[in-house]
Amino acid sequence: MRGLLEWVDARYPLTKTWNEHLAQYYAPKNFNFWYYFGSLAVLVLAIQIVSGIFLTMFYKPDANLAFASVEYIMRDVEWGWLVRYMHTTGASAFFIVVYLHMFRALLYGSYKKPRELIWVIGVAIYLVLMAEAFAGYMLPWGQMSYWGAQVIVNLFNTIPFIGGELVTWIRGDFLISDATLNRFFALHVAALPLVLIMLVFAHIVALHAVGSNNPDGVEIKKFTGDDGIPLDGIPFHPYYTVKDMIGFGVFLILFFAVVFFAPDMGGYFIEKSNFIQADPMVTPDLIHPVWYFGTFYTILRVIPDPFLGVLLMFGAVLILFFLPWLDRNPINSIRYRSAIHKLNLVTFGITFVILGWLGMKAVEPFYAELGLRFTTIYCAFFFVLWFHSKPRSFAFSWGSFLVLAAGYTYWDFLRVEAGADPTMTMTWWLLPTAYLAICLLGPLYTSFNEEKPVPARVTS
Amino acid sequence: MKKLLTCAFVIAFAVPGGAALAAGPSVPVDDANINLEDTTSLQRGAEYFFQYCIGCHSLEHARYNRIGQDLGLTEEQVAEKFVHTRDAAGDPTGVGQLIEIAMRPDDAEEWFAQPAPDLTLTARHRGPDWIYTVLRNFYLDDSRPLGVNNATFEAMGMPHALWELQGWQKNVGEDGHIELELVEEGKMSTEEYDEVVRDITAFMTYVAEPIRMEREAMGMYVIGFLILFTILAYLLKKEYWRDVH
Repeated sequence: MRGLLEWVDARYPLTKTWNEHLAQYYAPKNFNFWYYFGSLAVLVLAIQIVSGIFLTMFYKPDANLAFASVEYIMRDVEWGWLVRYMHTTGASAFFIVVYLHMFRALLYGSYKKPRELIWVIGVAIYLVLMAEAFAGYMLPWGQMSYWGAQVIVNLFNTIPFIGGELVTWIRGDFLISDATLNRFFALHVAALPLVLIMLVFAHIVALHAVGSNNPDGVEIKKFTGDDGIPLDGIPFHPYYTVKDMIGFGVFLILFFAVVFFAPDMGGYFIEKSNFIQADPMVTPDLIHPVWYFGTFYTILRVIPDPFLGVLLMFGAVLILFFLPWLDRNPINSIRYRSAIHKLNLVTFGITFVILGWLGMKAVEPFYAELGLRFTTIYCAFFFVLWFHSKPRSFAFSWGSFLVLAAGYTYWDFLRVEAGADPTMTMTWWLLPTAYLAICLLGPLYTSFNEEKPVPARVTS
Repeated sequence: MKKLLTCAFVIAFAVPGGAALAAGPSVPVDDANINLEDTTSLQRGAEYFFQYCIGCHSLEHARYNRIGQDLGLTEEQVAEKFVHTRDAAGDPTGVGQLIEIAMRPDDAEEWFAQPAPDLTLTARHRGPDWIYTVLRNFYLDDSRPLGVNNATFEAMGMPHALWELQGWQKNVGEDGHIELELVEEGKMSTEEYDEVVRDITAFMTYVAEPIRMEREAMGMYVIGFLILFTILAYLLKKEYWRDVH
C-alpha cells in the first residue's frame, strides 16, 4: 500500500493535495452554525449532478415527448420518482443553502480583504446557478416551464435596438419552441454544469490559498506556534470532516422529509401549473418564476419602464460583485460592529425574503406598493453599507439622508399625481424613511453606532 | 421604437397580469376527505371512472396493469373491467398499455368545442378538493350549449356525466349568487352520490401519483436511518473534538 502511494506520489501530487486541502489545511476552530452551508452546497451540487445524470438517461428533450417522458420517469422507471424528486427538491435546496452561505459572508465580513476574489467567484457561481436553474426549469415542458421562460426570455426584448433580434437568437425560433427546449437542455446538462464545477473549484482553491474567515473575523494566521501552525487553527480533516457530517445529517433529514412527504412543497418546489403540458395557446392564470427568483422578479416589476426595470433587476444582482469595495469598515464580524450595522443586515435579510414572497403574488396596488418600498430598502442597503465604513460628518449624514429621501419622495409625488392612493403612499413612505433615518442619522444622535473592540484571537 | 418596447412589455407582463385579474377570486371548495389507504374505495373509484369518465377522458400517462397491481386486481379483472379500447389489429388493448380513449379528437372538438383534457395529473394540478367539488356542482342552465353549467367551474364545456346517479340540480340563488337545489332525483341519495364522487376523487388522486403511499411509508425508514446517522455523527464529532479547547 505504502509502495503504491509512493509510486503515485512520484508521478502525481496526491499526498501533497490531500494535505494542502484537508489534513494540513488549518481552519479556525470557532466555526459556528453558519459555516455548515459551504460544505452543504457541495453536497447539494453532488446530489444534483448524480440525480441529473440518471434523469438524462430517460428524459427526452423534444417538445412532443418531454412532458410525457417526465411522467414516464415518475411512473415506469425504477426509482425514477425518487431521483426526480431529489432533483426538484435539490434545486430549491441549492438556493436555500447558497442564500444562507452568502448571508454568512455578510454577517462576518468574509468578502473583505484578502478574500475579495473568493466572494467575486462566489457571486459568479450564484449567477451561473441562476442560469442553470432557469434552463432546467424549462425541461419538464409544463405550462409554468413554458410561460416562465417566455417572461424571462422576453426581458431581453426590452434592450433597445437589438432586443428583438437577440431574443429570436436566444430562442432559436420566433417563439419558445422545440428549438429552445433543445438548446436549453444542452446548456442545462453540459455547458452550465461544466462552468459551475470549474467555478466551484476556483472558489475552493482561492479559499484554501488565503484561509477561512471565522465568526470573530480575526486572522488566525497572525498567531502561529513554533511549527508555523496557527494557534487557533485545526486541521480540516478530521475535525471539520466529522463536524460537517452532523451538518449533512441534519440537512439530509430535512431534505428527505421534503422528498418523501411533501415533494411539491405546497406548490413552491413543483408548481401546480407545471402538471399541465406546455400550451402556447393557453396562458396560465398567474405566471411567476420559481420562488428563488422572486426577489429579483419583484424588483423588475417595480419600475413601469420595462428596460429600466430590467436594468434595475440586473443591477440588483450585479451590485453584489462590488460588496468588498462598498463595505470598507475595518471590522469584519458583525459581533464587533455597531448595533445599527446589525439592524442594517437583519433588515436586508428580511427585505430579501419579503421581496421574494411578493414575487409570487399577482400585481395588486398593495403588493406593488410594498414591492416599491422594499426595493428602495434593498438598493439603499448598499449605500448604507458603504456609509457605515467610517464615521461620517453631520453635514454628510443629513445630506445623504435628505438626497435619498427626496429622491423617492419626488417619485411618490409623481405617482400620486398619476392616481396612486395618497394614504397608502404616505403610510408606506414611512418605511424606507424610518430605515434611512435610523441608519444614516442614528449615528449622530444615539450611541447605537458604537463598535466593540476586536479581540486579537478567536474567542470560542 | 418606444411603441415597440411597450408592446413587448405588454406581451411579456401585462397579459399574464390581466389574465390573473380575469381569473378572479378562487371559488371555495369542499373538503374531499379521501383516504388513499382504503383500497376498496380506490377500486370503486376506478370502476366508476372506467364506466363514466373514460369515454372522453384518457389517462395517457398511466398503464392498466399498474393500476391493477396497486389496487389489488388481477390482470384478468383489469382487462375485463377497464379495457374498453382496441389496438390497431382490432384486439382488445393490452393491459401493459397506456390508457387512451377511442374518441377521435376531431369528433370531440365537434361535439364539445374542444377535446376532453387528459385526467392523469388533474389531482396534482387542481387538487382533490376541487375535483370533489366540481363533480357535485353541475346544474341546469339553458344558456349553455349543453344545457348544463358548473358552480365551481363556470362555463365548463363538460356535460354532467353522472346525472343519472345524482339527478339534476338547479340554481335557486339570486343576483348572480349561485345556490344549488336538487330538482330531479337520481338513482342515489345525496349522501350516496357524495360517496361515489369521493371514490372517484380518491382514484384520480391515486392515479396522479401512484407512488405516493409507498413513498410516504418508505420515508419513515429513511428519516429514521438519517436520525440515527446524525446521532452517530454527533457522537463521533464529540470524540474527535475532545482536544479542541
